[in-house]
Amino acid sequence: MQAGAGPGDVGGALMLGRKKLLIALLTLPALASFSSRASESVKLDRLPIEANASDHLVSLQRGAHAYVNYCFGCHSASYMRYNRLRDLGLTEQQIKSNLIFADVKVGDLMTNAMDRRSAKEWFGTAPPDLTVIARARSSGAGSGGDWLYTYLRSFYRDPSRPTGWNNVVFPNVGMPHVLYQLQGVQTLKTEEQTLPGGHKEQARKLALEKPGTLSPLEYNRMAADLANFLVYMGEPSRQSRVAVGIYVLMFLGALFVLAFALKKEYWKDVH
Amino acid sequence: MAAAEKQPVTGAWILNGPLTWIDQRFPLVSLWKEHVSEYYAPKNFNFWYYFGSLAMFVLVIQIVSGIFLTMNYKPDAAQAFSSVEYIMRDVPGGWLIRYIHSTGASAFFICIYLHMFRALLYGSHRKPRELIWIFGVLIYLCLMAEAFFGYLLPWGQMSYWGAQVIVNLFGSVPFIGEDLAVWIRGDSVVSDATLNRFFAFHVIAVPLVLLGLVVAHIMALHEVGSNNPDGVEIKKHKDPKTGLPLDGIPFHPYYTVKDTLGVVVFLIVFCVIMFFMPEFGGYFLEYNNFIPADPLTTPPHIAPVWYFTPYYSILRAVPPVSISWPFSWHSQFPGVLAMGLAVIILFFLPWLDRSPVKSIRYKGALYKSWLAVFIVAFFVLGYLGTVPTNAWGQFGWLDNAERATVVARILTVIYFLFFLLMPWYSRRDKCKPEPDRVTWGGH
Repeated sequence: MQAGAGPGDVGGALMLGRKKLLIALLTLPALASFSSRASESVKLDRLPIEANASDHLVSLQRGAHAYVNYCFGCHSASYMRYNRLRDLGLTEQQIKSNLIFADVKVGDLMTNAMDRRSAKEWFGTAPPDLTVIARARSSGAGSGGDWLYTYLRSFYRDPSRPTGWNNVVFPNVGMPHVLYQLQGVQTLKTEEQTLPGGHKEQARKLALEKPGTLSPLEYNRMAADLANFLVYMGEPSRQSRVAVGIYVLMFLGALFVLAFALKKEYWKDVH
Repeated sequence: MAAAEKQPVTGAWILNGPLTWIDQRFPLVSLWKEHVSEYYAPKNFNFWYYFGSLAMFVLVIQIVSGIFLTMNYKPDAAQAFSSVEYIMRDVPGGWLIRYIHSTGASAFFICIYLHMFRALLYGSHRKPRELIWIFGVLIYLCLMAEAFFGYLLPWGQMSYWGAQVIVNLFGSVPFIGEDLAVWIRGDSVVSDATLNRFFAFHVIAVPLVLLGLVVAHIMALHEVGSNNPDGVEIKKHKDPKTGLPLDGIPFHPYYTVKDTLGVVVFLIVFCVIMFFMPEFGGYFLEYNNFIPADPLTTPPHIAPVWYFTPYYSILRAVPPVSISWPFSWHSQFPGVLAMGLAVIILFFLPWLDRSPVKSIRYKGALYKSWLAVFIVAFFVLGYLGTVPTNAWGQFGWLDNAERATVVARILTVIYFLFFLLMPWYSRRDKCKPEPDRVTWGGH
């Protein structure tokens, strides 16, 4: 069993200092390479997470903003309430004026006006609700955040698809590359690679053919913000879960000392 | 009537008056004495003896957390998934209750499996404790039913397709299978009707039976007395004056304080998992179950939760039957039968073990080796049940058979041989002589 290393957990989360984060974002292969041998399980990039709590909060705020602007039109988050976003350090007024575009109350669920039946006609499959997508996308290969972070950066031009787009992480995905104006246009190139040891291997590489309005670094940061936000939205209680857990364990530690002493006291009579 | 002659409760306790009043109308004092303060248990219980009381403790956790979940859960195909997320988000403390219940489900099986393994180690199922064991296996069966019904309730993809697969197993029973499956589901597919009845079974029918069986299990235990790691009867040597077993100590306070310590250690492990890794790497909460049930999309890989996977492996290991005469019949039934027998065979364990000694401490190399191989088989079968049958690729020979399937077949045979050959190897084993009294180093 994979004890300790439950993806998406505190222990497994990649915590990076700010400087390291920058380096990670810079050096993270904007031209990620995917081995064709592992055609089913593409190696996922680790979602960079700010070690500093307030930096992380800012990332979540940017992610929420990107979500309501770019994703929410098609992807509802219908188990989530707008006013829960106060978790991100926002006031209700800030939520109302920056994140709510429809005529809804701040206590309402984040539903959208997308008609599922028409959506199914347009895309072949209705865009899924994304409230708990980060939890659903966890796997042995990485956390849901890792998957989303890699997925958002893995779209490429594919004329054989009805939308003109395909994705390395999610082959034949129904969604077109909504963020292509920001990222630019990637293509998938197949190259023959010689591995150490003389083995030859087909390697697939994403190459940025036409730059977008964001630099690769900026786009990676945006993908990270979105993924971070989706991880948060998948389990908003996660922060209190960890905080409460620490106190509970401290209490149990004290209780253990008492229970141990009590047992020892009684059992000293048993010969 | 004896009640009128009952002596008042004596002592300095302030509540002795009310206690006397109750005791003259209800056998409170004698029940307490019989089952707690004057129930003499062997003094040499070791690590393995914590899991009975822990299983009871988890049962209480599950009942209490379950009650709170039912207050907010909606057994309705259109609302079940979102009501669980409502509990996780909008119900104050709801996330805690839900994680307690989901972690508790796995913890229950861990305790029960270790508790059963203890019986295999020390022969706790042997005469005169056969009925305790049988009640225990019935509890285990109930627990499997309880877990199966409960797993449908979150109405995620794994809930749905797991239930679909398991109900379809009943559909493979010859002649009556199809009708049986429809009768269980209440529909031709798993649907709202199924969810409603599974909810009823999960929250009331099975828990009632479970509680009754736990009472029977403990009453039978207290009738004959506990076994111990030496497998010798403490009642054989009693104090001539008091008539109490020399190697026995009263359950209260000795085992109440010891089990309290066990509960605290258990809670530490439980809370580490619950607060810091509630999905436990996808084993306690399967990732696919965060996708709402979709009857039109079959997931590429359907795996039951870990506690069912050894049996699921056995099911998949047995090849389907395919005959054309006297009638055309193609069915998974042999696998289903093997899976059922793998559990049912547990009932016969007390009569399969013919060893002159109970405890593994005095058994010979044969039993020890078979038990070790059995445990390895159980674990590997359990692992294989979580992965697709092509997980280990194919052999280059054996008609390119799947490696994992071949291994599962061998281990299935070993699983059954452990039981079926037990009358032979347990009798033939070179056992050491049992001691007269329990061995105990003291503390």
